[in-house]
Amino acid sequence: MVVIGVQAWPMTALTSLSLGLTLAMQAAHELSQFGATVLVPDLISLSLLRELGPLIVAVVVIGRSGSAVTAELGTMRVSEEIEALEVMAINPVRFLVVPRFVAMLIMLPILTIFGNCIGMAGGWLICNLSLDMNTANYVMRLLEAVDVFDLYSGLIKSFVFAWLIIIVACQTGLAVDGGAEGVGRATTASVVNSILAILVANAIMTAIFFIY
Amino acid sequence: MAEPIIEVQNLVRKFGPRTVLKGLSFTVNRGDTLVIMGGSGCGKSTLLRHVVGVLRPTGGSIKLFGQETTCLSDEALAKLRLRCGMLFQSGALLQSLTVGENVALPLIENSHVAPDIAELVVRMKLELVGLTGFDHLKPAEISGGMKKRVGLARALALDPELLFSDEPTSGLDPIMTAVVDKLTQDLTKNLGMTAVVVTHDMVSAFRIASKMIMLGVGPRAGTIIAEGTPDEIRNHPDPEVQQFIKGEPDGPVPLKLSSENYLKHLLQDPG
Repeated sequence: MVVIGVQAWPMTALTSLSLGLTLAMQAAHELSQFGATVLVPDLISLSLLRELGPLIVAVVVIGRSGSAVTAELGTMRVSEEIEALEVMAINPVRFLVVPRFVAMLIMLPILTIFGNCIGMAGGWLICNLSLDMNTANYVMRLLEAVDVFDLYSGLIKSFVFAWLIIIVACQTGLAVDGGAEGVGRATTASVVNSILAILVANAIMTAIFFIY
Repeated sequence: MAEPIIEVQNLVRKFGPRTVLKGLSFTVNRGDTLVIMGGSGCGKSTLLRHVVGVLRPTGGSIKLFGQETTCLSDEALAKLRLRCGMLFQSGALLQSLTVGENVALPLIENSHVAPDIAELVVRMKLELVGLTGFDHLKPAEISGGMKKRVGLARALALDPELLFSDEPTSGLDPIMTAVVDKLTQDLTKNLGMTAVVVTHDMVSAFRIASKMIMLGVGPRAGTIIAEGTPDEIRNHPDPEVQQFIKGEPDGPVPLKLSSENYLKHLLQDPG
């Protein structure tokens, strides 16, 4: 079940890298007008840790794993497998949902940390190649800009996202009805609803951290 | 004295506006094999699901082992289910597990036996249904009839007192049908197991049944139209029963609409 997370590494890496690269390029372009390109690492690290890192990794995991969980559980519901478990006195929630829940709760924050690192590496590439900022300088600026709380706030977010994604995915999957067509509909609904849920939750949590 | 294992009284089930089961009552005693017959879509599988407790009835009472199940909590129902085994129409094997793991599932999850003992039981049960040596294959790699036999092995894994089979022999060749029938007979006669079997296969039905009920179709759908021993059913006066057990295309259950109705139906305004 931990395969939920492990197989998502390459895709997370790619999205995070491109995110870091684009962030750095945009920031470099705008900030150079004020001659403030030294602030590029600050911008990259803060936006990655606090907002974009957790969010983009969550979206990747929804697309890869949330939809897969819904489709799998939905197919099991349609082919009477869930009913068979119930008749064998095996609680389907304990047997099917709990392992996926635990896997998601562990893997999403780990993937987020990983994605953050890759994103910052992307930023470093741009700074190093086009801004004449050497590695030591980049790392120094990062460490100065970032607070431990920035990291924590991103991780808290990714925990909440994990919880939302897996609850939506499992609930939608177990409630499937209406054959193969129903599984397809449920998978779409699961992806759409989890993305909406994490976006709303993200806004709420940012507001809370902001006030705090 | 015969001990009633299943008592169903006045069972009613509605799906929306449609009443599928219209007040069924019957009793099954220990050691009996009850065969439920009836045309496609008359509610046989629905009836079975209610007795197992997967679906809850709209009205009426169901007692398993003398215990009312219609208002039982999930935990109490789970305890009762450990004494039952069920074979689903399609086998309902878990696709992610191998055949052997499927059969071992109820053993490992519910009775916490050691893995090597579970493996021994799996081999015994697979041998019973003639599938020795298939335990490492995935359900997707075996045929429909084999899936059904694995489903039977899994249903028997905990040595149930009560076995529910939903069409155990459809899709099996005549020899395998005979093997499965013999198995059901052996278990009921020698070990005092009780069986409830839904089937379309009249040869197998009359071979294993000690009691039969038949559900009607058309206007009498959802009611019991005949009940009794195999001999009583064979000589039942109801023409619908006779048509069903002899497998005739035309009779009280019409093959097609009458020519007048057909024309009316055909020219009906679709709106």
